[in-house]
Amino acid sequence: MILVEQPGLMTTVQDLGREGFGPLGVSASGAADAIALRIGNRLLGNREGAAALESTLVGGIFRFGIDTWVAITGSDFATTLDSEAVANWTVQSVRKGQLLRMQSTRSGARCYLCVSGGIDVPLLLGSASTHVLSGLGGFNGRPLRKGDVLHVGPGQPPSAGRLNPKFAASFAPRLCLRVTQGLQSDWFGEASVSAFFETPYRVTEASDRMGLRLEGAAIDLRVHDEMITSGVALGAVQVPAGGQPMIVFVEQQTTGGYPVIANVIAADLPSVGQLRPRDVIEFEQVSHEEARTQLLEQESRLGSTQLLLG
Amino acid sequence: MGDEQTEEAIALSPGNCARRPALLRASDQTVLVSFGGPITRETSQRVHRLAAALQDEPIDGVVNLHPAYCSLLIKFDSRRTTHVSVEQALNLRIQRDEPPAVAGGRSVEIPVCYEGDCGPDLAALARLRGTTIEELVRIHSQTAYSVYFLGFVPGFAYLGTVPEAIAAPRLVSPRRRVEAGSVGIAGRQTAIYPCAVPGGWQLIGRTPLSMFRPDRDPMALLACGDEVRFRPISREEYVRIEKGGL
Repeated sequence: MILVEQPGLMTTVQDLGREGFGPLGVSASGAADAIALRIGNRLLGNREGAAALESTLVGGIFRFGIDTWVAITGSDFATTLDSEAVANWTVQSVRKGQLLRMQSTRSGARCYLCVSGGIDVPLLLGSASTHVLSGLGGFNGRPLRKGDVLHVGPGQPPSAGRLNPKFAASFAPRLCLRVTQGLQSDWFGEASVSAFFETPYRVTEASDRMGLRLEGAAIDLRVHDEMITSGVALGAVQVPAGGQPMIVFVEQQTTGGYPVIANVIAADLPSVGQLRPRDVIEFEQVSHEEARTQLLEQESRLGSTQLLLG
Repeated sequence: MGDEQTEEAIALSPGNCARRPALLRASDQTVLVSFGGPITRETSQRVHRLAAALQDEPIDGVVNLHPAYCSLLIKFDSRRTTHVSVEQALNLRIQRDEPPAVAGGRSVEIPVCYEGDCGPDLAALARLRGTTIEELVRIHSQTAYSVYFLGFVPGFAYLGTVPEAIAAPRLVSPRRRVEAGSVGIAGRQTAIYPCAVPGGWQLIGRTPLSMFRPDRDPMALLACGDEVRFRPISREEYVRIEKGGL
């Protein structure tokens, strides 16, 4: 077991989410940076979607009650094990009684603590993911608190040692997000659409797993049609009254009624999960075909036999 | 986020069953099946018939469905399939669509306390609509509503149609936190908040029932097609039901 000595700013149990329950109003949730979670689990020989701890901006302190292996992936939270630095993207053995300490991020928003065998919590609708807003899933439906005790599943000694550095750059989070055209993109004035693609937007503090609020050139509606509430796609860039866009993210509302100017492509969603408040981003439009090509290339890198080194 | 947005009015108009839905590529991993407005029971039934058909007999690679008033968003795994494959499979399903033999759905009664701080916007809304609190409560609780769909957050049922006399504009500045069980009106829709979230609907009452519980089967108290009525209860009864853990 693992004792939470300090929970950090917002640390939750996450896996790859629960798809399939949109008809109940339940969104998928899941790791904000799914690539980091998947690589961490691959390093440990876990199932790719085994549950791990997702830390946000400031990580926690964990006392291990077992001998095991961990892999820290995602952003660099200056992690130490009994004061010794622990490299990200590397398998690290941990002995019973050792203290793993994460600090503030030195790069992006989220860091994953993957453990051999995965974090063991009861599954809700087939997933270990926490849905913070509705208080469902994960560890008692909430972020971790001091004193929580986490159990881990049965693991096996990992055969891998680290992520092949050749691949690391290709998974680095992007600040230029690729998007496809939104269904209501023609509701906005030409100048507004140009501004959306040609000027930078800043991520605001009012951003979380549900969505990221941006600040930049205001986007004006040209058409004031009445939107009938409809399903919202993950990564949709919605424009509410006021004209400041927001990106719909993993813990999204399943339906909504704001016009959508663009939609972040699947391959770039993990990058959204690494955005911090005050990060400055840009948008670049691509076709649906290009979006799929990018995703398939990303998958082929993840599936490469050279992804991990011994 | 969390300021759920919906249209201000649910229109009542003749059905448009014959119309063929549009298939729109909302993102690189979704297709939106749009039956078009206005919102009608017939269109809503078409959405749910298609959703039910896709749940009974899934299209390869489709991983999730987001039903709404007049549309169904279909999410697929774009590593396994493509827009074209999903659209072709959808076209076949849509051609097969037939009107339902019977309209299903249960009758569900929801106890609601409309008193005091249970309905923080009740008095202002009554004034705005030029009526009394008693009359507003009477109209809200004597109307039978249909569940159009569940969306927004787990177990949130969109109910229509609220009589024009008590239709409510959204709050100019949404609340940062609406308590679980709060009953609100927005336009000609009404709903019960299943969990504490930010929200801009005008709150007129509160139910002690849990709208969504993972340890219950089914988890959501309401399902599409159910008929819902609200029964006014006293604060004492509210507390009694809450303690009974219904």
